[in-house]
Amino acid sequence: MVTRRDVLVGGAGALGGAILAGLPLAADTQGAPSAAAPPPAADLTQPLAVPDDPTKVPGAPTSGQGARSPFEAPQRAPTGEIAGSSLTPYEKLTGTITPSDLHFERHHAGIPLIDPARHTLLIHGLVERPMAFSLEDIKRFPQVSRVHFIECSGNGRAAYKTPKPDLTPQKVAGLSANTEWMGVPLATLFRAAGVKPEATWFLAEGSDACMMTRSVPVEKAWDDALVVWAQNGEPLRPAQGYPLRLLLPGWEGNINIKWLRRIELGTQPWYTRWETSKYTDPLPNGTARRFSFEVDAKSIITTPAYPDRLTAGWRPISGVAWSGRGRVAKVEVSTDGGTQWHEAELLGPALPKAQVRFQYMWRWDGAAARLLSRATDETGYVQPTRSQLVAVRGPGTDYHYNQIVGCNVATDGAVTFFGES
Amino acid sequence: MRTRLSMVTAALVLVAACAGDSGPASFKAQDAGAVPGGPGAGQGYALGRSASAADIAAWDHDVAGTGEGLPAGRGTVAEGEALYAAQCASCHGATGEGMPPAYPALVSRSPNGEFTFATDPKAVKAIGNYWSHAPSLFDYIKRAMPLTAPGSLSDDQVYALTAYLLAVNTVIPRTATLDAAALRAVKMPAADRFVPDDRKGGPEVK
Repeated sequence: MVTRRDVLVGGAGALGGAILAGLPLAADTQGAPSAAAPPPAADLTQPLAVPDDPTKVPGAPTSGQGARSPFEAPQRAPTGEIAGSSLTPYEKLTGTITPSDLHFERHHAGIPLIDPARHTLLIHGLVERPMAFSLEDIKRFPQVSRVHFIECSGNGRAAYKTPKPDLTPQKVAGLSANTEWMGVPLATLFRAAGVKPEATWFLAEGSDACMMTRSVPVEKAWDDALVVWAQNGEPLRPAQGYPLRLLLPGWEGNINIKWLRRIELGTQPWYTRWETSKYTDPLPNGTARRFSFEVDAKSIITTPAYPDRLTAGWRPISGVAWSGRGRVAKVEVSTDGGTQWHEAELLGPALPKAQVRFQYMWRWDGAAARLLSRATDETGYVQPTRSQLVAVRGPGTDYHYNQIVGCNVATDGAVTFFGES
Repeated sequence: MRTRLSMVTAALVLVAACAGDSGPASFKAQDAGAVPGGPGAGQGYALGRSASAADIAAWDHDVAGTGEGLPAGRGTVAEGEALYAAQCASCHGATGEGMPPAYPALVSRSPNGEFTFATDPKAVKAIGNYWSHAPSLFDYIKRAMPLTAPGSLSDDQVYALTAYLLAVNTVIPRTATLDAAALRAVKMPAADRFVPDDRKGGPEVK
C-alpha cells in the first residue's frame, strides 16, 4: 500500500520514480479505466512529510477550493459568544486587503442564516414610493466597487485602558479590517423610492436576532453610502452581513448594519439603545458625544511586534494606516520613541476611507529602541499620543481610540507592545 | 408570496422616478443620466416593486426614543419583577449587575447625578445613569430580548419589564404602571448629558 507519506518523502527513491512514470498515463487516459492507480494526491493542508527537494516529486493536483499553506495558519481570536467578537490577525497579514475569512467579526445577537431568495430590503417612511427590493433587484442596478475599512469603534480599548507589554497587533487593532466591497449606492435606491426633501435621518435595521438598528443622517446616502452584497470578489460571508449590508465608508463599524432588511426615512434620529447606552463617547466635562460616526486617523505597526524577537540588521517597519475622513496623507515612523520622525513609504495609492500599507526600512544595531507610527490624513489631522487623547477625553472614555502605539525593542531583540505614548 | 410588478405599475414607477430627484454630491455620477448604457437623465430603472401597507406593517415595529411607535398595553413594576426573575436574571444577574462584557449591567445610578465616566474608568454605565430616552428601553427589550427567544414578549410584558428596570434604577416609583403616555413622560437622569459630535478633522485633537 502506498501512503501519502511514502509518496511525499519518497522523491529521492525508487518509489518516487514509479509514481512519476505513472503520471502521464493517468493524465492521458481520462475517463478510461487505468491499469495503474492514479498517484495519491498530496494534501497541501497537512504539514507532514515535506520533500527534501520539491522539484523531484510531483506536486499536488488542482482542487475545487484553495487552502493556505500548512506553514501559514492565521487565526482570528473569537470570544465564542453570540454577543461577541473575533479579531483580525494583523501580524499575519500583509498588503492592504484583509482576506474575507480573517475579517473581524462583532455581533450582538449572533450570525443569522438567511435565504437570499427570500431576503427583501424595504424602504419606506418619508418617501414618494415605498419600495421592496429583492437581492436580484439590487444586483441589476448599476454597481460600484470600493475599497473601504470597517473599524469597530471599540477597537483599541485594551491598548488605551491597559497598555500591557504582551498585546499583539491582533489585540491592539483587530476589530478592524479592509476589503473590497461591491453593491449599489444607497443614493440609487433612494432615488428609486423618491426620498422626500423633509427627510433628514433614516433608520437602518438588520435581520439578526436583535434587529440591530442605527440612525443615519440622510446626507450620508448622497455622499458615499453603499448597500453591498459582495466582498473581495464573492457574495458576503454570513458574518459580514450575507446577503446584504449597509456600508457607510469611514464610519464606526456598528452603524454598517449587517443583514440589512429595512430603511425608514424620518425627520429625527431614533435614539436606539446603541445610540445612548453604547456607542457614545463620555468626555471629562460631564457630557458624552453621540452620533460620533467618523473614525479619526490612526496607524499601527504590524511588524515587528510582540512576540517577535529580532536579530540585528535591516528589516522593514511595516503597518497600516487609515482615516474615516478621507485619504491618509502621510505616515511617519519613529525609532527613538518619538524624538525624531521619518516619513514612511506608502505602498500603493492611499484610497479615501481605506487602509494603506506603509513601510520604513530600519537597521537594528542591537541597542534598545522604541518604534512608533503616526498617521496624518488629508484634513491635516495628526494621530495623537495617548497622553493627548487622555487629556481631551479622559482615561475612562469609550470608543474611537486612535492613540499612537508601537513597540519596545530590548537589547536581546525581544519586542513588546508600547502603548503609553 | 410576493410577485413582480405588473408592466403597468412598473411604467408608473418609472415615470414617477423622473420627478423629485434630490441628491447632489459624490454619487451624482450614479444618476441614471451618467451611467454608460443607462436609461438617461432623470429616468429610473423600474427595478423593485411597490411595498404594500401590509409589507410595511409587518416590519415597522420600531419605537423611537421620543415614544413614537409605542403600542397599546400596560404593565406594572411588580409584574416586571416576576418576569425579570424568570426571563432575565440568568444573564443580567438577580439585581441587574450583569455579566460584562457579553451581558451588561442594567442597574446603576450615580448618587448625586454626576456623570464621571470619562474620568473614572470604574464607573458603571447602565440605564439609571447613562440612557437618554426611556422608550428606547421598550424598543430594545421588545426587539431583542430575551437573548434566547427574541421577540417572544407581549407588549404588556415589555411595558412591565421596562417599568421594573426603571424602578430598580430609581427613575420611577415602585408603585408605577407604565403605558405609552406614562413611558413617554419619563425623563431619564442622563437625558441632558449627550452632545453632538464636534470632531471635524483638521489639526485639533478632540
